[in-house]
Amino acid sequence: METLLIILGIVLVAVIAGGGALLAPRARRSGKAAQTGPMPGQGGTATAAPPSTRAPEAAAAPPGEVSAPPPVAEAPAAPTPTVEKPPPSAGRMVRLRGRLARSQSAFGSALLSLLSSGKLDDQTWDEIEEILITADMGAAPAAHLVERLRTEVKVAGTTDLTEVRALLRADLLEQVGADFDRTLHTAPHGDRPAVLLVVGVNGTGKTTTCGKLARVLIGDGRSVLLGAADTFRAAAADQLETWANRAGATVVRTDRDGADPASVAFEAVRAGTVRGVDSVIVDTAGRLHTKAGLMDELGKIKRVIEKHATVDEVLLVLDATTGQNGLRQARVFAEAVDITGIVLTKLDGTAKGGIVIAVQRELGVPVKLVGLGEGPDDLAPFEPEAFVDALVG
Amino acid sequence: MFETLSDRLTQVFSSLRGRGRLSPADVEATCREIRIALLEADVALPVVRQFIARVRERALGADVMQALNPAQQVIKIVNEELIEILGGEARRLRFAKVPPTVIMLAGLQGSGKTTLAAKLALWLRGQGNTPLLVAADLQRPNAVQQLQVLGERAGVPVFAPQPGSGIGDPIQVARDSLDEARHKLHNVVVIDTAGRLGVDAAMMNQAAAIRDAVDPDEILFVVDSMIGQDAVTTALAFLDGVGFDGVVLTKLDGDARGGAALSVAQVTGRPIMFASAGEKLEDFDLFHPDRMASRILDLGDILTLIEQAERTFDQQQAAEMAGKLASGDGFTLEDFVEQLAMVRKLGPISNLLGMLPGAAQNRELLGQVSDKDLDRAAAIVNSMTIKERRNPKILNGSRRLRIANGSGVTVGEVNSLVVRFLEGQKMMRQMMGGGIPGMPGMPGMRRGQKAKGKKKGKGGGRPGGANRPGGVPGGGSGALGGLTLGGPGVAGPGLAGPDGPGGSGHSGLRGPGGSGLGLPPGLQRPGGDSAGGMAGFGGLGSDGGPRHRDDGDDGDSDGQQLPPGLRGSSGRRGRGKKGR
Repeated sequence: METLLIILGIVLVAVIAGGGALLAPRARRSGKAAQTGPMPGQGGTATAAPPSTRAPEAAAAPPGEVSAPPPVAEAPAAPTPTVEKPPPSAGRMVRLRGRLARSQSAFGSALLSLLSSGKLDDQTWDEIEEILITADMGAAPAAHLVERLRTEVKVAGTTDLTEVRALLRADLLEQVGADFDRTLHTAPHGDRPAVLLVVGVNGTGKTTTCGKLARVLIGDGRSVLLGAADTFRAAAADQLETWANRAGATVVRTDRDGADPASVAFEAVRAGTVRGVDSVIVDTAGRLHTKAGLMDELGKIKRVIEKHATVDEVLLVLDATTGQNGLRQARVFAEAVDITGIVLTKLDGTAKGGIVIAVQRELGVPVKLVGLGEGPDDLAPFEPEAFVDALVG
Repeated sequence: MFETLSDRLTQVFSSLRGRGRLSPADVEATCREIRIALLEADVALPVVRQFIARVRERALGADVMQALNPAQQVIKIVNEELIEILGGEARRLRFAKVPPTVIMLAGLQGSGKTTLAAKLALWLRGQGNTPLLVAADLQRPNAVQQLQVLGERAGVPVFAPQPGSGIGDPIQVARDSLDEARHKLHNVVVIDTAGRLGVDAAMMNQAAAIRDAVDPDEILFVVDSMIGQDAVTTALAFLDGVGFDGVVLTKLDGDARGGAALSVAQVTGRPIMFASAGEKLEDFDLFHPDRMASRILDLGDILTLIEQAERTFDQQQAAEMAGKLASGDGFTLEDFVEQLAMVRKLGPISNLLGMLPGAAQNRELLGQVSDKDLDRAAAIVNSMTIKERRNPKILNGSRRLRIANGSGVTVGEVNSLVVRFLEGQKMMRQMMGGGIPGMPGMPGMRRGQKAKGKKKGKGGGRPGGANRPGGVPGGGSGALGGLTLGGPGVAGPGLAGPDGPGGSGHSGLRGPGGSGLGLPPGLQRPGGDSAGGMAGFGGLGSDGGPRHRDDGDDGDSDGQQLPPGLRGSSGRRGRGKKGR
């Protein structure tokens, strides 16, 4: 019987498919076409999206010195810790660089030894490509990058190690996209709080990110309310509450198991408005992007919040260990809730998170934060320079 | 989306089709494609290299069979190798001679250990054991509570003497749990540990200390199927740090291709024992290497589809629907909407289509179909009166206008839906009545010999299912074949096995001009009007598809005025011109 059903599904689908094929061509097709072709500059979709107001500043800052974009855009001048002890976010990346370096060192040193061998033959190029692939960059982007680098090296007519490395660094930096606007919009609008929605698949670290983010914001002198809209996973609300207590934030939650997450989110934002907090962070349940029903639920959460507030940031939490599937995840989430930023977690491990390069390029959504450990303050603003520097060693 | 391996290989071999032999140059080209396919499935690079080397050797060696075309041969080899590595030495859980048997879980953060612990406990309980869950994850805030809640749901007691959230000594908890188990006569102890990174020496030492304290009979390494190139590093780190005896793959309900499974199995030599696919506690099963192999290769996985359907619908629903379908005329627009809702429940339509073997070839085209189209179709039908739904023939101009207004679409869209529906209904009737006779005239199969090959191929008994290039294991295809209506069709290209004479069934179905959608041949209309039938079917015919995409909305409404049967290729061409 089931088999019959399947056939049936196919038939049905085919019937509908007709509708699909006959309808006007979709816009996203064209976007994809642009992506597959070789691009001289930034990805076609990517360049259009980010208004790079802060770009020059970010690019000018020496990578090691100042962690250029503080995560809080609107108030870079007010990082005075008020009630709580969490340190302000500025300069975190410097402190955490060591940890990042640990994750990247193998990669960097392999590159270094390759390039320092002096000659650039086919095998060397292949190996460079493989190293990029090992960082989860994906086979096609890696090949593309190496091809470009090869041409550039040929044009420059150099075999000098430092020059080749500089070229590689520049290329990678361009891939990572140094000109994205990576500021996090957390300032309240008049009497309404800023709303941040945190989404992602299961087990990427959403709840932890919410907790850390709350600490960062409190460290920067804001008041924060956390909404525990993960009503599915056992004890998720408790976990968030523990984080909130550590950071000095308040939590809005429900005790009813399996309550409608949208109602919790709504309640959280309303409470935030009434109490006059600066930012509301809404934690959602992990959901695989293949579950249509759950993705619809996510869309509903966002719509319901928008009844009386604007959602300023939708942060997709991506695990650095995620492979090529990350791109599909990001695509589906972007379609459902229009993500505005990516949080790359677990970067303190051996994983390099190269998939974000492809994600940024295709969706034009920048990585805004990185998670670098289990400590409560191990969340830092993303810096393309530091990321790439760590990559090239 | 990514191209699939079969796409690529078909491309590579398109120039030498029919030669039936692999030259070293072909093998090289093939290996390149396999490499990319594996990398895109997140198989770790060192593993890919080893794997390619083995495949190359076999492809160049004695394995060349005349019966298969080159692409099939290579896919067959690759598939067999994959299954061999993945299947390794499949084994069951080892139980201790003197209870309690201790099972320890280890893995990265967020790989799903806590959930898995509960699933495993439930599964064990189902097997007649009396498991005890031990909350030794004292690191993550409220992991203990999570396990307690899950344990309650699974009906399994949880041993949690420490509050967790950073307080307590997991080693002590683990040690005490053994006494507890002996005391309360639990024969299995499942220890949930904190997530840890491979590079975190302190945490690895802790895991090793837990291991030494309880001397587990099984240490299971829990790994997320979405993990990328890091799988090897992590697996080796855990192998060094704690050692493990088996692997559990989680989150297989996503659409990750799960190359990590191959990486881990190959690098560590440890078998993958369980697969977890879903958020419910029952979504837990033994690992099936053959299914995983076709998933990694993206060959389409009809079995998974069937399983998914089984999970989503109950027997009765399915039977009811099948009955309605079988009656031919009984299939009304009402049923169609119901059906639509069911398919919708199964997941995103693009995913479902992707699972059909043969879909690969038409991926671009299939990409055009989205859930929004399904919703729109449902909206159109929902705007009809009951009478209209039961008998769409009464739809005249004014009714159509009303429906279009009601559902917020143009009259053209309503028209095309109705036409497609009638077409589908007719097809269904033919299929149910005539069974397979419709088969030989498959559109897109222009070359006679191919049609012949296919026919023979499907007629055969198909032994040795698991080894088929399509990777559809025997059980499944047997079931399919049992149904007169479309077994061979569902089996699609993937099923054209090495045992099929001439073996061209595969290429016949998915050749360059392969029939759109890879629809089951049995579902298509016989003989001469087949092209028109396909066009009526929504322009999914082999040539029709791409052109339709260029058509504007006005273009298709022109065409829809014609009765479906009359729309031959000339009609389509005319439409194309107007559309532009």
